[in-house]
Amino acid sequence: MSDLPASLDQWFAARGWSLHPHQRAMLERAGAPALLLIAPTGGGKTLAGFLPTLAELTAAPRTGLHTLYVSPLKALAADIRRNLLIPVEEAGLPIRVEDHTGDTSSSRKRRQRADPPHILLTTPESLAMLTSYEDAPRIFAGLQRVVVDEIHALAESKRGDQLMLALARLQRLCPGLRRVGLSATVEDPQAIARLLARHPDPCEILEADPGPEPDISMLRTEAAPPWSGGGAAHAIPAVLEQVKQHRTTLIFHNTRAQAEIFFHKLWLANDDALPIGIHHGSLDRGQREKVEAAMVRGDLRAIVCTGSLDLGIDWGDVDLVIQIGAPKNVKRLVQRIGRANHRYNAPSKALLVPANRFEVVECLAALEAVRAQDLDGESRGPGPRDVLCQHILIAACAGPFDADDLYAEMTTAGAYAGLGRAEFDACLQFCATGGYALRAYDQWQRLKQREDGLWQLRDPRSAARIRQNIGTIQDTDTLKVRYRGRGGAPLGEIEEGFAAQLSRGDTFLIGGQIVRYEGLREMTVEVSRDAHSKPKIATFMGTKFATSTQLSERILRLFSQEDWPGLPAHTADWLHRQRKVSRLPEPGRLLIESFPHDGREQLVVYGFAGRNAMQTLGLLLTKRMEEEGLAPMGFVATDYAVLIWGLDAVVDPAPLFDLAALEAGLEGWLAGNAVMKRTFRASATIAGLIERNHGGQRKTGRQATMSSDILYDTLVKYDPGHLLLQITREEAMRGLVDFARIREMCARIGGRIDLVRLDRLSPLSAPLFLEPGRVPIRGSAEARLLEEEVGALLREAGLWEIGA
Amino acid sequence: MTGLGIEFCGAALKALGSGALFWPAERLLVVSDLHLGKSARLAARGGALLPPYEGRETLLRLERDLEATGARRVVCLGDSFDAAGIDLLLPEEERLWIARLQAGRDWMWLEGNHDPGPVSLGGTHLAQLDLGGLVLRHIAKPGARGEISGHYHPKARLVLRGGRVITRACFLVDRARLLMPAYGAYTGGLRTDSPALAGLMEAGARAILTGEKPLAIPMPR
Repeated sequence: MSDLPASLDQWFAARGWSLHPHQRAMLERAGAPALLLIAPTGGGKTLAGFLPTLAELTAAPRTGLHTLYVSPLKALAADIRRNLLIPVEEAGLPIRVEDHTGDTSSSRKRRQRADPPHILLTTPESLAMLTSYEDAPRIFAGLQRVVVDEIHALAESKRGDQLMLALARLQRLCPGLRRVGLSATVEDPQAIARLLARHPDPCEILEADPGPEPDISMLRTEAAPPWSGGGAAHAIPAVLEQVKQHRTTLIFHNTRAQAEIFFHKLWLANDDALPIGIHHGSLDRGQREKVEAAMVRGDLRAIVCTGSLDLGIDWGDVDLVIQIGAPKNVKRLVQRIGRANHRYNAPSKALLVPANRFEVVECLAALEAVRAQDLDGESRGPGPRDVLCQHILIAACAGPFDADDLYAEMTTAGAYAGLGRAEFDACLQFCATGGYALRAYDQWQRLKQREDGLWQLRDPRSAARIRQNIGTIQDTDTLKVRYRGRGGAPLGEIEEGFAAQLSRGDTFLIGGQIVRYEGLREMTVEVSRDAHSKPKIATFMGTKFATSTQLSERILRLFSQEDWPGLPAHTADWLHRQRKVSRLPEPGRLLIESFPHDGREQLVVYGFAGRNAMQTLGLLLTKRMEEEGLAPMGFVATDYAVLIWGLDAVVDPAPLFDLAALEAGLEGWLAGNAVMKRTFRASATIAGLIERNHGGQRKTGRQATMSSDILYDTLVKYDPGHLLLQITREEAMRGLVDFARIREMCARIGGRIDLVRLDRLSPLSAPLFLEPGRVPIRGSAEARLLEEEVGALLREAGLWEIGA
Repeated sequence: MTGLGIEFCGAALKALGSGALFWPAERLLVVSDLHLGKSARLAARGGALLPPYEGRETLLRLERDLEATGARRVVCLGDSFDAAGIDLLLPEEERLWIARLQAGRDWMWLEGNHDPGPVSLGGTHLAQLDLGGLVLRHIAKPGARGEISGHYHPKARLVLRGGRVITRACFLVDRARLLMPAYGAYTGGLRTDSPALAGLMEAGARAILTGEKPLAIPMPR
């Protein structure tokens, strides 16, 4: 039985295509109020999502919006439009398809609002914007279906929370709205289903045939990987060899900086001048589009890239995926492998390239996890309230609202199902009055309650400002980089902090080119070409993923094996030696080594809690050691261990791991911490306390807006119980601080701490001594450094006579 | 009181870490760009509702500086209020606080671009003040000598060893003029390497960083 209209059926037949079983199943279950399809990349997932729409619109032609498609990427929306237009035009279906994203011109957007197409392709931010208009009920009148593509990617971030709140609003405008989610393979389909469906409605889950097992292995290199670092320079010849043997290779890196360095080195060794491009989020849009177009045409043999290529854009003929550096998370690895061999039913081929000795172990653990189909994931916890605040403001832009109704609406979004009324009211108060202990804004409330009980904007002009701030993506302060001279080509962006460190003549890498810093002009970094010098490396905030809990556990289990036939000899030897002179970390216990080295007492804690949590643990342990008089001097953290150096040896570590004392330390430490300030800035921007810089403000070079740190300090000083500080704390705890994993570590080890005293450093600890990012412990360090710098400047300038 | 002595056009001045300038011979304290009422003005425009504590914070600092220096005269160098008329809308507590600070002191409000008109609070309202061979006004005039002004909110940016970047509000001083940092709690700043400031100050100008202990460096350009 097929519900496919005859014209489309014939079109399929003419091409010799037949529907996949899961595509047919989607048609059969088109009436489900919520339906989640899990299918591997290349499985015709998107078409499966659209088939019911094509069928319904062909069977009963109509006007107005029928289906809304939401994807995490603007590029994806454009890509899907091109792909959808093929069957629509060739089969002559009476369907209009348009995209509506940040790239769409405002005149076109206005036209779409007045006369919506049948299918509108958009992003969570643009959808939130659409729901903020007073005419939203008219725009969405008659909407039947919403298709959320790559929902697994959205589910991990606040963008997903934003989307689900927008869907809650749409559902109220269009009660019959059916929701469809399209997801890559995930560990917990139920969790995504709960997010997708209107709470507490059920959600059907359709799992497509996952296709053949991926062909995935570790790349063997002549040279052994180094003890630490992430460059993988040793693997360049082997990687080039692989590129030669395949049609198109994607080379994934965990960070943008690593991608830049690797790309640079790859070109230095690229004797055959194979066409190889680079693609990451900090490159100029024009540059990225050029690479994307070359890729689609099949002009490139390889692309060095980061997560920006993770999502399901159709790149055609990729037949090999190389992952440089250990995949911190198995699920992400599997989704990346999906990029290779876009044809369904052909196995995907992938190679892992560990960048250092420890990553060899991590890669092996990841390979085992992929084979066991043991994906990982961290549950995200309740929906963040900064996003909720933004949506209260968005609701107010759309028109007066009743607080009870809005609360009822928002709690139908899965992530907010457990939101208490008091918490909602606190957010509403924040939006209305700022929520301050000092009631200063009674006459200038942002929202006010009318006589009839409805809430509305006090000043209708604020709607425009609120709309300008819609979205949850945080731009770090970046500066554009372009070649010097009139109309110099834009290259991309670098972080302001990095730019500040440059002086004229310094060189750095961007988009695979070495450029020389010439100066700053109207907030743009001007550079010239410079092919010779050794470049500095631009820093990008980006995301530095922490190794997942599941992968960490696998590594610990791997350590408990007798031998490691799966590991290259150099790495297996290393582990054997560790076992001989000390011991290997074990599941359910905590290994601590203590030994003198470099004239200091060293303490290594193998906590395996992921980078962020280990960093936090380092801060808390050194604080505890300070209290215990153990004179710690600094620490450095990795995904699996923290190394602390100081004056005295730790003899009894147990008191240091008293969870209550650690958590108490957290309280005091958090308030003044840079992590908190950064988190505050993000949450305050989302919640509408900090307005993003508007267009020309920075350009004019007038006084910049005040720093968010000032607002943070003021709140901490005068209003410590304020809602935004609560939100900041919640967000920091689950984000960069990641205290949950410290708690989990303490539960896992349950007091089983093994302290091993050695007379010298152990094999497993050796790489830690090469690790960058050593954090000195110092109270007054900034002042000391500053005075040092001042002294240097004065000497450089010839002594200044400063009058008495 | 931590302060850094400056010999400026024959006057012995003291730059305080708070961003105020003290002239011992005149027992005069100069502060610039208080921007009182800033959060209220932004709120009134329908914008974000900033924490309404900047008035307290600014006045608390001012009170401490007045006590520490024993100043008998005060010059607020313009942009004391974030908008004309906003002085009327300050919380009663802050208006009383200002009145308390004014008691027994000679208080002068110089006009700024944000607060060109007279104010409802006590004190004298002036366009500029000539005193002891120096001239005090809000915005620097081209070619002026012995001039103390505010307006630009200068801030200096320094890269320390290890790449740490710090930004501090600062005084700028050369042989002809002295620019004051913004004293108000909610004030952004203009970097010393911006064309406006770089063009205004002579080669050889110094920046005095505010902070716990004021520090003089060559003006970063």
